[in-house]
Amino acid sequence: MNDDPPRTERTRLAVAGARATTEAVISGQPRKDVIKNTVFAALLLVAILIALAGLAALLIQAFVKGRPELSLDLFTESGSSDPTIAGFRQAILGSLMLIGGVIVLVVPLGVGAAIYLEEYGSREKWWNRLIELNIQNLAAVPSIIYGILGLGFIVRGPLDLGFTVFAGSITLALLVLPIVIIAAREAIRAVPPSIREGALALGATKWQTIRRQVLPASISGIATGVILAVSRAFGETAPLLLVGAATFVTFDPQFFSGDYTALPVQIFQYATRPQDEFRILSAAGIIVLLVILLAMNSFAIWLRNRYEQKW
Amino acid sequence: MERMTDEQRHAEQAAAHESAAQRGLSQAIAVDAERPKKDLSREKVFELKDVSVRYDGKPAVKEITFDVFKHNITALIGPSGCGKSTLIRCFNRMNDLIPSATVEGEILYHGQDLYGPNVDPVQARKLIGMVFQKPNPFPKSIYHNIAFGPRTLGMKGNMDEIVEKALRGAALWDEVKDRLGDNAYGMSGGQQQRLCIARCIAVEPDVILMDEPCSALDPISTGKIEDLMFELKDEFSIVIVTHNMQQAARVSDMTAFLIVELDADEQNRWGRIVEYDDTEKIFTNPSDPRTEDYVTGKVG
Amino acid sequence: MEARDIAASGAAGITRRLEAPSPRYGEKLIYVALFACAILSVLTTTAIVIALIGPTVGFFGDVPVADFLFGTDWAPAFEPASFGVLPLVVGTLSVTLWGMLFAIPLGLGAAIYLSEYANPRVRKVIKPILEILAGIPTVAIGFFAVTFITPEILQTIFPSAGIFLALAGGLGIGLMVIPIIASISEDAMRAVPGGLREGAYAMGATKMRVATRVVFPAALSGIVASIVLAISRAVGETMIVVLAAGSTPNLTFNPIESIQAMTAYIAVTATGEIAQGTIKYDTIFAVGSLLFVMTLILNIISIRFVRRFREVYE
Repeated sequence: MNDDPPRTERTRLAVAGARATTEAVISGQPRKDVIKNTVFAALLLVAILIALAGLAALLIQAFVKGRPELSLDLFTESGSSDPTIAGFRQAILGSLMLIGGVIVLVVPLGVGAAIYLEEYGSREKWWNRLIELNIQNLAAVPSIIYGILGLGFIVRGPLDLGFTVFAGSITLALLVLPIVIIAAREAIRAVPPSIREGALALGATKWQTIRRQVLPASISGIATGVILAVSRAFGETAPLLLVGAATFVTFDPQFFSGDYTALPVQIFQYATRPQDEFRILSAAGIIVLLVILLAMNSFAIWLRNRYEQKW
Repeated sequence: MERMTDEQRHAEQAAAHESAAQRGLSQAIAVDAERPKKDLSREKVFELKDVSVRYDGKPAVKEITFDVFKHNITALIGPSGCGKSTLIRCFNRMNDLIPSATVEGEILYHGQDLYGPNVDPVQARKLIGMVFQKPNPFPKSIYHNIAFGPRTLGMKGNMDEIVEKALRGAALWDEVKDRLGDNAYGMSGGQQQRLCIARCIAVEPDVILMDEPCSALDPISTGKIEDLMFELKDEFSIVIVTHNMQQAARVSDMTAFLIVELDADEQNRWGRIVEYDDTEKIFTNPSDPRTEDYVTGKVG
Repeated sequence: MEARDIAASGAAGITRRLEAPSPRYGEKLIYVALFACAILSVLTTTAIVIALIGPTVGFFGDVPVADFLFGTDWAPAFEPASFGVLPLVVGTLSVTLWGMLFAIPLGLGAAIYLSEYANPRVRKVIKPILEILAGIPTVAIGFFAVTFITPEILQTIFPSAGIFLALAGGLGIGLMVIPIIASISEDAMRAVPGGLREGAYAMGATKMRVATRVVFPAALSGIVASIVLAISRAVGETMIVVLAAGSTPNLTFNPIESIQAMTAYIAVTATGEIAQGTIKYDTIFAVGSLLFVMTLILNIISIRFVRRFREVYE
């Protein structure tokens, strides 16, 4: 008869923990322990406080430095080499156009891929596993590599769209697509199978079931995912540097042709200028950027709380 | 004789069932004097010949052969694990949704091979509706729940009228007519199940399959649905799976009794039909001793 | 009777055929369209590889692979040009190293605190704040690093330091990845079954002991996964290093010297004026390929650890 418990991972961990604890309890000295414990807990608290302090310092510094330049002129003045009249007009317009393009691309493609993977693709087939592996990998590829993809494939190369907002939108859309797919899949998966069975048993086709019952029931989760993706795309700089948003632009951008810039890119450009006035402008731009992102994320949270489907 | 109220009838049935359990169930049928007459035309809706279902090769039911008749309520009874749910899901091709399931044998629906090469499962499900064990209304309004089927199938006609007709048919109209816009999830379990029945009949099926429709409901709701079945069988043919013998005795015209069989080394188990006959015969004078053991409560 | 009305107007005389009323082409079309959406991911990866490979192969036609991988002098614009990539790699690793030294204790400390010590009210406040930190655009972090961390903090401690320091980039990156380490490690720790903790507490163990000797080892795979993921993000990060760490390739791990990371080189070069087809243009893709391979390996390692962490408890 075997007296040892089964050697599963869980048992091993439990045994190790029990052994360590017993040793400590038997050999430990109570007073020393109390001091050690308090110090430890204090260190943990310090760790969190440093992280929070870092965030606070970042926000406060941006606000303090950029405040002098905060005015509505930021939105109306064009980019310029003269800091006294420079603004973010083209940058903001460019960013809005970019994320407009991103939304148009990412919603159908992302939700479509999510529907396929959750409703149609069986994990037994190798190509479905390959698709999932690719999505997982693409979610972790550095953003500048997407810039290289844009430069080599979209701006030049096969698509040859030139340094346009359109090309920038595609590049950013590919970057954030995994976010939408993952969020949409979770939302779709949360719909109970009984809903699908009920619809199918009435004589609805698979697509009718998805379109008329599953998707409406998962819309809240999908919308949240889209907004998160869009806000990520709004703050991205590196890929845009490679697909042409770095040019110095003084007239309003167009979608399919012509030069453009984006808010984070303009912030970056002002930040690299030697004059301190540009640094101040840059900080003001950061405030605008953070406020817009805060608005987007708050909207996403509100949306989720208001329309979440509770099963 | 004064007509009994529903509550009085249900209470009397409940009392009868308790004593019936002790005396054997033959009494249970006799109590319900207002039971509608059985349709004796014997027109066949389904004909099953040697139907077996396997999951990943392992049998779940074996060699089922019997016929389902029009405008009858046909009950499938038997101990748990005998594959009643698996079997009923063959009737509307719902087993198609399970990739590991295979169906052998022949099922004829009004003479057509239900699993024939030209058969569209979606069309089959329109004609053969299903009500599930746990009520599963859509997370939308009562109106939408009923209207979904007709709209999706492109049925013509005034939607308001279709919805009202279906709700009346499920004995739910009076309770909800003033709150059709309310979310279905706010209804009680019994109401939700009647909503699911209304939803089912709104698409004008030929057959209604019911997979233990009352097992998640309280006795009063159960009684209401059993009464509803009597009304519905005039226009539809009903097949019901139930683990509640008394319900089968109360409600059905024909009863099929299934048992669990084990193979030699007790690794696999599957269901097999033992007896299929008029309900009255099954519960008062069954041909097979195994049936008698089951209906008299000697075995569970 | 009500039910009779339904049938009289409907089912009684209607066909009960089982064939489809229409060929249902729409369903097949939908399937193809949805499949196309999903296959886009594979196409994207392929496109990335294609975009990288062409010019990289061209690059290695002119520069021997060994010179590239093991050379210690990166000067593509000089005459004669030198293409040893090690200074860029070391620059990236240096920033990553300093960043991790900063982020790992803070991230794990936060994770342990949230998982073992904090009451629900405190968690409700701190977790969203960490999520806010995770959402700060990297250009803002880079700006903060070069306009605040460097002048106020680093130049005070190291008077000899210049405007650009590897350490400044490192601290910025560290700040960026703390939420990653904290949230994934905290998930891993919370997944440790309560029974393990309770057994230890029942024997008189202190909270610190339980946290460090029971929970931490049990959650190790998840913790390692979070660190590997953070390293991968750090290696691939661009804006912080461009703004704060410098643009002079420098083969050193010295934190107070200015360096250039791989990502910074790519960003700066691609925004400059260089002609297509030249070697200098191709260096963008060669360095990019190396970066892609490095992060790919890190991601594979991380996924392995995540899988192990899931297996233990599921």
